[in-house]
Amino acid sequence: MEINSPYEHHDYDVLVIGAGGAGLRAVIEAKQQGLKVGLITKSLLGKAHTVMAEGGMAAAMGNVYPEDNWMVHFRDTMRGGKMLNNYRMAELHAKEAPERVMELEQWGALFDRTKDGKILQRDFGGHRYARLAHVGDRTGLELIRTLQQKVVSMGTDVFMECKVLRLVHDDSGKVAGCVAYWRATGEFVTFSAKAVILATGGVGKSWKFTSNSWEGTGDGHAMALWAGAELIDMECIQFHPTGMVWPLSVRGILVTEGVRGDGGILKNSDGERFMFNYVADMFRAETAESPEEADRWYDDHTAGRRPPELLPRDEVARAINSEVKAGRGSPHGGVFLDIASRRTPEFIRRRLPSMYHQFMELAGVDITREMMEIGPTCHYIMGGVKVDAETAATAVAGLFAAGEVAGGMHGANRLGGNSLSDLIVFGRRAGMGAVEYVQGGQGATGFNLEEVDAAVKEALAPFERESGENPYDIQRDLQEMMQANVGIIRTASEIDEAIEKLEEFTDRVKNIKVKGGRAYNPGWNLATDLPSMLTVSKCTARGAQQRKESRGGHTREDFPKADPNFGKINFAHSMPSGGGWTSEIKTLESPLLEIPEELNALLEEGK
Amino acid sequence: MADVTMRIWRGDATGGDFENYTVAQQEGEVVLDVIHRIQATDAPDLACRWNCKAGKCGSCAAEINGKPRLMCMTRMDQLPEGPVTVTPMKTFPIIRDLVTDVSFNFAMAEKVPALLPPPMPADGYRMFQEDVERGQEFRKCIECFMCQDVCHVIRDHEENKQHYAGPRFFIRYAELEMHPLDTNDRRDLIREEMGLGYCNITKCCTEVCPEHIKITDNAIIPLKERVVDAQYDPIAWLGRKIRRKTKRTASEAAVQPAP
Repeated sequence: MEINSPYEHHDYDVLVIGAGGAGLRAVIEAKQQGLKVGLITKSLLGKAHTVMAEGGMAAAMGNVYPEDNWMVHFRDTMRGGKMLNNYRMAELHAKEAPERVMELEQWGALFDRTKDGKILQRDFGGHRYARLAHVGDRTGLELIRTLQQKVVSMGTDVFMECKVLRLVHDDSGKVAGCVAYWRATGEFVTFSAKAVILATGGVGKSWKFTSNSWEGTGDGHAMALWAGAELIDMECIQFHPTGMVWPLSVRGILVTEGVRGDGGILKNSDGERFMFNYVADMFRAETAESPEEADRWYDDHTAGRRPPELLPRDEVARAINSEVKAGRGSPHGGVFLDIASRRTPEFIRRRLPSMYHQFMELAGVDITREMMEIGPTCHYIMGGVKVDAETAATAVAGLFAAGEVAGGMHGANRLGGNSLSDLIVFGRRAGMGAVEYVQGGQGATGFNLEEVDAAVKEALAPFERESGENPYDIQRDLQEMMQANVGIIRTASEIDEAIEKLEEFTDRVKNIKVKGGRAYNPGWNLATDLPSMLTVSKCTARGAQQRKESRGGHTREDFPKADPNFGKINFAHSMPSGGGWTSEIKTLESPLLEIPEELNALLEEGK
Repeated sequence: MADVTMRIWRGDATGGDFENYTVAQQEGEVVLDVIHRIQATDAPDLACRWNCKAGKCGSCAAEINGKPRLMCMTRMDQLPEGPVTVTPMKTFPIIRDLVTDVSFNFAMAEKVPALLPPPMPADGYRMFQEDVERGQEFRKCIECFMCQDVCHVIRDHEENKQHYAGPRFFIRYAELEMHPLDTNDRRDLIREEMGLGYCNITKCCTEVCPEHIKITDNAIIPLKERVVDAQYDPIAWLGRKIRRKTKRTASEAAVQPAP
């Protein structure tokens, strides 16, 4: 195809945007099928947010508990997601995760082992059996390094520190590539491709206290919406129960759920193990009634039921929030996480080395002797681009999405450990889907340079204004507003206010003035991230406004109970394709997929 | 708390100089927090790399008071009183301010011949904890490249980058050579093209490793022994001459597509 791009230009069969677990796995799949693949990342290769995953990846391999299988994993995932999941994604995920985890070992991964030499599995919240393949508490690093090394060994074209601004269509409306800029020089670059896979991760940077890095600005979510795809479940945001709270400068940094999986318990300022007071009816039958019963469970899951500290994350985060509100919090507004009194220092240092290191160096706390102070932190968005479970295809021809940017798999709440496995199961499926699409000869046939011009013009506008606002001020105000108004507990008046304020923020973003030049300028980079951050925040606020119930990662103070009618629908957001980023968002109800009878029977079992 | 003066190197490949910023401090802050405050106020175009801000991604390496450190793991209250100097890593070319061009490392990564395991049995490989532990130590590496920055073989001799992989890649080669499943042979490559012999075990790399990997003792020295054994053992040498296992390139060694 002849494309007269005014900028540096590259052409691929498949273009993958985002180099975390899902993007890398998609590259491997597409390259193994012999296609020409390009990979774009906003950071250096190997730095994506996947490295922050600590505890492990969930797969029903049955290495520790042979009674585990995909059916139990499917059930746990659906119940954890409060049944809002795309059941077919949850089913494929549970079935395929074991094979995906095992294949990592032929590419060099080294998981911790059982005594008989198989991959060891650890306990985590919401999983009935010990199911998480792991390497100490640095499993995400192992995953990204393994996939990165595989991708590099295959001779892949990787475009590092390259920020994508917009997807570009052909005349028939198919996705045909994207326009981006090099962060090092600020020069623009265009990419044409027959298929584009979004694997851009999450949106957490729009909240004040978050475990997410600067990259989590929702670029893929926003670009998909602008390009004509639908976003679902954007109100479902996971606040991880255990983030650091002190010192203030590290507030929000993740403390792995593995601490609780390995025996850690939560206490309030009275020293009470309070989680026993917060067991919802849905989980009562499978949760221990007393500390004695819970403690028996760690060694033998048949000798007692699960400790309440290992309820799904939404339950634990709400409980911590309630304790703090009731005045039983820790000195800096969290609660206490105690593993020091429960396990030996040797055990803690071996199983949780990076937690030991993190608290020792950043907070001056020795977790083998002292309790940690922790509280909820914005961690993960369950919502994302609506996709087909089998192929990861979106509503726009030529556009695919996998990983955190895709919605549906986790419903209203994600179980810990299901994210890393999601990346490799659906990263591969997105690769397969894109290959099939390209080989079927359906790929784009043109490249709309007007869309490129519009994106470039918009990106450069902050340099050309005489005066205007500092993008960092807007980011800070946005984070504070979202934390206060669309945080862990929500109510109508605050959400309505957020929706109004987001319009004000939109006007402020249109008035940004950037200092300095285009070469490696973080202020300018942030100015180009803010449209994405605002777009996804608007969808989150609109979904939160309309979902008048509490479910998973969406809690309404004014509607504290789940409503069965809302349990049958997602809220789907869309925008007219080809408009500007400030075009009006349309939010509609969209019915869930109907669950086939044989799978429904699995969900009923042991209820 | 008292204000602190930050002396930050600003500039690009054509040159630059220190600029001073006086900022307020808060309890428990790390250097990266202070850099971020300067970005958000006085200098929004101050370039620095960072991602996780928790010592897990290795993006924010710089030289603080002349020593390579992760900015996110260096607490302000543990630095000596007085101005704090922050400069980019010296071994790599400057892009802007604190950001350097680390592409040397990615080029070296491309040269590593991949793991070559036997076909995977249906229920996965069996390996034992004692056997994987040696490799796991090296796989803790977060690729901050501070070991490369501090290694005098390339820090003071730009020309050595042509034939020297550096400590980060010596632990990568050690990991592969010690992998229980690997069947690839990289010994000639390590000696002839990766320049293992240039390392004279001064342990500077081990000292700066934020993951406390014993780079010299556990990777480089065993790797030197292994490579030298292969080179100077006459029987092994003859054996390899006769049925010489050619070292396989990365793409040749890439295993079959997954089922």
